[in-house]
Amino acid sequence: MAEYLILICEDENAYATATPDVLGQVMEAHNRFAKQVEETGGKIVSGRALQPTSTATSIRGDVVTDGPFAETKEALGGYYLVEARDLDHALEIGKLCPARFGGVEVRPIMVFDSM
Amino acid sequence: MTSSSAGGPPADPGPSTGAGAGRVRTDAAGAVADAHRREWAFVLAATARVAGDLDLAEECVQDAYVSALEAWSQQGVPRNPGAWLTTTARRRAIDLLRRDTTLRRKLPLLVEPDEPAPRGRQEPAEEGSGVIPDDRLRLVFTCCHPALAREAQVALTLRLVCGLSTAEIAQAFLVPEPTMAARVTRAKKKISAARIAYRVPGPAELPDRLDAVLTVVHLLYTTGHTAPGGGSLVRDDLVDRAIQLARMLRLLMPDEPEVRGLLALLLLTDARRATRCAPDGRLLLLEEQDRTQWDRPAIGEGTALVREALRGGRPGRFALQAAIAALHAQAPSYADTDWRQILLLYDLLGRAWTSPVVTLNRAVALAMADGPEAGLAEIGELEQDGRLASYRYLPAAKADLLRRLGRLGEAAQAYRAALELTANEAERSFLSHRLAEVTATERGG
Repeated sequence: MAEYLILICEDENAYATATPDVLGQVMEAHNRFAKQVEETGGKIVSGRALQPTSTATSIRGDVVTDGPFAETKEALGGYYLVEARDLDHALEIGKLCPARFGGVEVRPIMVFDSM
Repeated sequence: MTSSSAGGPPADPGPSTGAGAGRVRTDAAGAVADAHRREWAFVLAATARVAGDLDLAEECVQDAYVSALEAWSQQGVPRNPGAWLTTTARRRAIDLLRRDTTLRRKLPLLVEPDEPAPRGRQEPAEEGSGVIPDDRLRLVFTCCHPALAREAQVALTLRLVCGLSTAEIAQAFLVPEPTMAARVTRAKKKISAARIAYRVPGPAELPDRLDAVLTVVHLLYTTGHTAPGGGSLVRDDLVDRAIQLARMLRLLMPDEPEVRGLLALLLLTDARRATRCAPDGRLLLLEEQDRTQWDRPAIGEGTALVREALRGGRPGRFALQAAIAALHAQAPSYADTDWRQILLLYDLLGRAWTSPVVTLNRAVALAMADGPEAGLAEIGELEQDGRLASYRYLPAAKADLLRRLGRLGEAAQAYRAALELTANEAERSFLSHRLAEVTATERGG
C-alpha cells in the first residue's frame, strides 16, 4: 500500500452562503466517505478540514503577509491522507471524496530511503 | 532459462571466407534492425517486469540490441530473435539489480500479479518452460494512463512501445529535443512516484482506458497524415508507426470492436496516401484524386474489418468513422458517393462522440447531399459556437462552399482566414492557389 494526500479544493464562498441543510448534507457525505473508502479496500489515515483562507497567514523569508499564497476561486479547504494500492485505487477514492463546490487533487506522498 | 530454450538453436553460420563474413555481418545488422522494428515492445515490456523500472529496462534492452549485433554476426541470427533479446535484456537487468543497491532502492514499478495459475502449475510459466509472457498490453496501457497528459502519452508510446529515440520523437512533433526529453522524463517519474500500476485495466475500466489508447494511436496517425508544419504533407514514419501499433492492438485484443474500427479507419484512409499529392507536390482533394491508384488490398482489408466492427452492439466512434471511410473508398467518384448513407453515419457518430469536428464533417456531407447552402447554414452555427475558432478546416470548408455558390468575395475572405491558421506548406500552397483563383475570377467577372 502507498500513501496519497487528497487535497480538497473548493469555493469557500459557497460554504459561507450555504444553508444549514446543505451543510448537513456535506457532513453526512464526509461520514459516508469514510465507510466507502473501507469498502474499496483503502484506509483513511487522517483527515481534517481547514478554517477559510481569510484566516491564513503567509510567510516568505521574513515577510509575514495576511492571506493565502495565491488567491484562487477554489482554495484548499481540507485534506485526507489515505492508503491505496496504486494510483488507480487512489483515484477511485478521490472520486468518492465529497467536494460539491470544487474538486480534489490527488498527490502521492514521497517515500524517502530509510538509509 | 538457457539461451537455446529461449532463442532456439543458432542458425547455420555462414561460410567463413572474408566476403562471407561481411555478408553475415550485414545479415546480422539487418536482423537487428528488423527485430528493433518488430520486437522492441515485446522485449521492453517483458524486461520492465523484471527490472521494476522503465529507465533501467530501456537501458538493458538497448544493451541487448547492441550485443545482438555482435553475437548474431558470429553465431548467426537465432530462430526467435525476440526471445533471444528478451532473455539477454532480462539477465542484464537481474545482474544490475544484484550488483547495484541504489538501483534496488528505487521505487519499483508496480507490477500487478497475473491471474492465479491454474491448479497443478504452481511455478511461474517463464521458469523452465521458455515461455515469456506477452506484457505489451501492460506497457501500452501504462503509457496511455489517463493520469498522464495526452502529449506525454503520445511521447511515451513512441519511446517505449515503438522504441523511437527522443530526438526522433521531437522531430516528428516539431518540438525542441530538450523539451521532448523533459516531457518523457517527467512522465516516467510520475509513473513511478504516483505508482501507476503496470497492468491491463479490468473490465469495468477497460472501455475508457482503451479509448485513451486508441486516441493516442489515432493522434499519431493524424499527425503523420497531415504534418503540423514543414514541407511535406505526409510523414510516412508516423503513419507507418500508427498502423503498426493498430495492428499490434488488433493482435492482442482481437475481440474489441473499436480496435478493429481504428485499424480499419487507418487502413482505409491510408489507402489514399499515394494520391493525396500531385507529382509536383500540390495537394489533391478527395474529388480530384485518381481512384484507380488507391490501395485496393488495404481497402479490402479495411472494409472487412468495418463489417466485423459494426456487427452487434452499438458501434463506437472509430468503427463509425471507418464505415464512412469505407463508403468513400468504394465510391466510383466523389459525385457518385452515397452521401445519404454518409449523412446517416455522421448522425450516429454525433451521438457516439460529441465533437464539433464531427458536425463540421457532417456539414460537408450535407452540402454534397442537399446543396452548398444547407452545408453553409450548419457551418454558420459552428462559427457561432466558437469551439472551432482555431480549427483551419472550418474556414477552409466554408470557403469551398462559398466558391461553389459563386460568392467569390466571401470565399476569398474565408480562404484568407484559413491561411492564417495553416502551417503545413502543401496545405498553404493549395489555399493560396484557390485564393488567387477566386480573386482573379471575381475581378474578371
